[in-house]
Amino acid sequence: MTDAVTVPPQTGVTAVVEPPPVGAGGGRTRSRRVAGARDLIIRSLVPVVLALVAGGVLLAILGRNPFTFYSNVWQGGIQQGSWEDSAMRAAPLLLIGVGLTMIFRANIWNLGYDGQFLVGAALITGLAPSLASTPNVVSLVILFFVAMGAGALWTIIPAFLKARYETNEIITTLMMSFIGVGVANVLVKGPFQDPTVNIPQTRVIPLNRMLPSIPGTRIHVGVLVALAAALLAAYVLKRTSFGLRLHVLGANPRAAAHVGINVKRLIVMAFLVSGALVGAAAAVDILGVWGYMRANWNPGYGDTVIPFVFLARLNPLALIPYIAFFAVLSNGGDLAASNANLSTDFLLVLVALILLFMTVIEYVGRRRDLGGSYLTPGLKKALKAPLFRRRGKQQQAEHEVAS
Amino acid sequence: MPPLAQRERSELGPAPDQAPAVELLGITKSFPGVLANDNISLALPSGEVHCLLGENGAGKSTLMAILAGMLQPEAGRIKVAGEETRIDSPRNALDLGIGTVYQHSTLIGPLTVVENLMLGEGRRLRLDFAGTRRRLKEFGAMLGVEIDPDARADELALGRQQQIEIIKALWRGSRVLILDEPTSMLTPQAVVELQKVLERLKSSGLAIVFITHKLHEALAVGDRITVLRQGRVTGEISRERVRLSSPEELEAEIVRLMFGESGKPTDELPELSVRIEGVKHAATTAGEVALELEHATAAGEGSQPGINDVSLALHLGEVLGVAGVDGNGQRALAEVVSGQRRLSHGEVRYLGAPVGKLSVAQREKLGLRYVTDDRLGEGIVSSLPVSLNLVLKRIGSAPYWRRGRMHTEAIEQDAKRLIERFDIRTPSAQARAGTLSGGNIQKLLLARELSNESKVVVFHKPTYGLDLKTTRIVREMIGHLRQGRAALLISTDLDELLEVADRIAVISGGRIVGVIDNGPGAAEQVGRLMIGDVTLGVQEAAPPVGQQA
Repeated sequence: MTDAVTVPPQTGVTAVVEPPPVGAGGGRTRSRRVAGARDLIIRSLVPVVLALVAGGVLLAILGRNPFTFYSNVWQGGIQQGSWEDSAMRAAPLLLIGVGLTMIFRANIWNLGYDGQFLVGAALITGLAPSLASTPNVVSLVILFFVAMGAGALWTIIPAFLKARYETNEIITTLMMSFIGVGVANVLVKGPFQDPTVNIPQTRVIPLNRMLPSIPGTRIHVGVLVALAAALLAAYVLKRTSFGLRLHVLGANPRAAAHVGINVKRLIVMAFLVSGALVGAAAAVDILGVWGYMRANWNPGYGDTVIPFVFLARLNPLALIPYIAFFAVLSNGGDLAASNANLSTDFLLVLVALILLFMTVIEYVGRRRDLGGSYLTPGLKKALKAPLFRRRGKQQQAEHEVAS
Repeated sequence: MPPLAQRERSELGPAPDQAPAVELLGITKSFPGVLANDNISLALPSGEVHCLLGENGAGKSTLMAILAGMLQPEAGRIKVAGEETRIDSPRNALDLGIGTVYQHSTLIGPLTVVENLMLGEGRRLRLDFAGTRRRLKEFGAMLGVEIDPDARADELALGRQQQIEIIKALWRGSRVLILDEPTSMLTPQAVVELQKVLERLKSSGLAIVFITHKLHEALAVGDRITVLRQGRVTGEISRERVRLSSPEELEAEIVRLMFGESGKPTDELPELSVRIEGVKHAATTAGEVALELEHATAAGEGSQPGINDVSLALHLGEVLGVAGVDGNGQRALAEVVSGQRRLSHGEVRYLGAPVGKLSVAQREKLGLRYVTDDRLGEGIVSSLPVSLNLVLKRIGSAPYWRRGRMHTEAIEQDAKRLIERFDIRTPSAQARAGTLSGGNIQKLLLARELSNESKVVVFHKPTYGLDLKTTRIVREMIGHLRQGRAALLISTDLDELLEVADRIAVISGGRIVGVIDNGPGAAEQVGRLMIGDVTLGVQEAAPPVGQQA
């Protein structure tokens, strides 16, 4: 410790940067990978842990026992089969998260997920009854493709406008989302209205026409679809030319044009993939859990998911644990909050705390990237102050003797 | 603890009459792995041009950043007008009368020239557009340039942006003006102009720091020359010595100071060798036509001009230079050839076949390559590893991709081969390209464009901002293309064109105003064409800066 304090590590190093000796590449690669993994863990886990701690402090200030609260979350989110509910809650979130990850990689902001989701959901709830005579597997596959197609279709206008005229997609997707939410309501209240009831809702899909469960559990296979989508997306982003093109477009659009990528086509492709995955989320949620759709229903999954998409640093695999974490938190949180006599909105406070600490970690991480340390100089000095002062005096004394 | 001698000096107290405008004492600054400034002391008296001379990486820019308040030294003191001060922010530096012109533009892109100039004022609520315009015009007249006050900064050519930066640095009545490699984008005529401007500024009592790695510039403009090497001051040549010594003596001494006792043989240093008055290369225009532009016309971008009715023929085995003041359509010309910009009229022919309708990727496959001048902006993706940057123009094609799947081994192997062949200094093939130095990024781009059966290569300012050694390597590579290939060399550095090109076309306002065979007298002819008929006194402007000293 004392050495680290008194000897600035860079002293005496000259500007000469030697090329590495041949053959040292392997070791360096490995150590860089280890460092990379360490950085990933630090940057992903630390915000969550800090948020839980801060949330606990907040609970204590509010006069609740944080340990009881968190153990209630555990109970309600994991134990006694409630993990199955958590898993099903995670499925649409994960699919939307993957869809957003794909397009955010290209630095394109698809914020029209609500419209894409609801148009897909409304279409399949309306279509399902007319497929009653087809075998269930066929009908489910058709409905999946319809939802995905609807989600993709709902991105076409923003995609075209961005590719052709460089229109800001944030505005166009939000506008299309607004329209989509309205269209979904019109469909539910109009052509798809269940004639047998007075409330505005669609007919309920019979249980035997819904997604089957994984044998031995209550979990529907849509959860597997979501996991498969995440794995596939990770592969596409890491290993395929499409993934690299998305990365190049996102990191440096001018370079994308310079190196000969067909930027217009790529923008449209990214939108279609993203919209289709959001549509798939609608299919999973309707066919797996709800079975019908009510007017003005909007679960707002996309807004929930965006923080985690960034927390996972646009990595579909890293997204899985985050979504799982959130699903457990929100599922068990309902119980915990009511036991602690708190509003369920307290869970949003926890999510907000995660975001806050994420920003902090991002800031210090940037310093780290620039060759600094995770600790700011001020913090470091504060931590090392007593030691430093002692050594400083000693040095001063030596200096005076010398002169 | 500063050394005793320095402490005594500071105890003498301020002496307003003799005190230099700025004095640096024992400045030390390190970055991880690099000691950029090692105990540097420097005095900048008013009414003098003080040249800081050194190779890239010698610590010039770091020292300047400290003076401009961008960086804080780890040790050492700064005195402004005899008073010890801390310069802890760029604003603070400006308040102290230290104006800086950086090598890279610091203008805010989406704002107009006038808006950029008003940024520093910003204390009053109402913006004084008319007054700013007036002053801009005065400054423009002083620098001898005409600047469109309503042009968007990011649509101006880099050279023009730099002129605005000079005006901006002087805007608030600076007493010290720091210029970081200010001539790197100027024509010889403009350099002479700049020299005149500096004379005027000097006589008005300004202290000027002129940072350069070009020896002849230092000799031409410097009243006092300080040489840096690896973060240390290796020598200072006083005002008297600069005035009294012969240029040859000074050159010899500075070379020794810059490169160590041994001193490299001068022929390794393009700046030092006698100005090449047009080397006539063996190649002639007899070869097959490799690239031909027929009445090529393309729109500009913002206030950056396009090209207008350009007809040019480049033959195999030839290096065709394109000279011109920056921002006269060079980028449009390069992009029209590479396929990044559509032709509105005319045609581009490559080995006889029209390629005007082909995409960038298709032209690349045919062997038509483009080494861009905007290395960081569009050349590389800095977050991707060197290996992937090397195949960026080949995404999705064999052998690097098979059925859409990345073939990591093939990519890595090729990367290793190219890194070795082009001597790219990188920790490994996996290092992010953004971590490389400017010279190595350029080598990366050259490796990418020259490999995989290149045939005709467009170079746009290929040695801008590079150190002498890399410059030499790059120019050699361009020369090598004469063996069966061809190069279109667009450059604002006339010396470079005279050294490398067989013929030199001159571009002005998006038109080719003349093509000259490289040879004795070419420099003057090109210079005359570059400035057009409007400016007289070509005879005066033609001698290169290095020979005037």
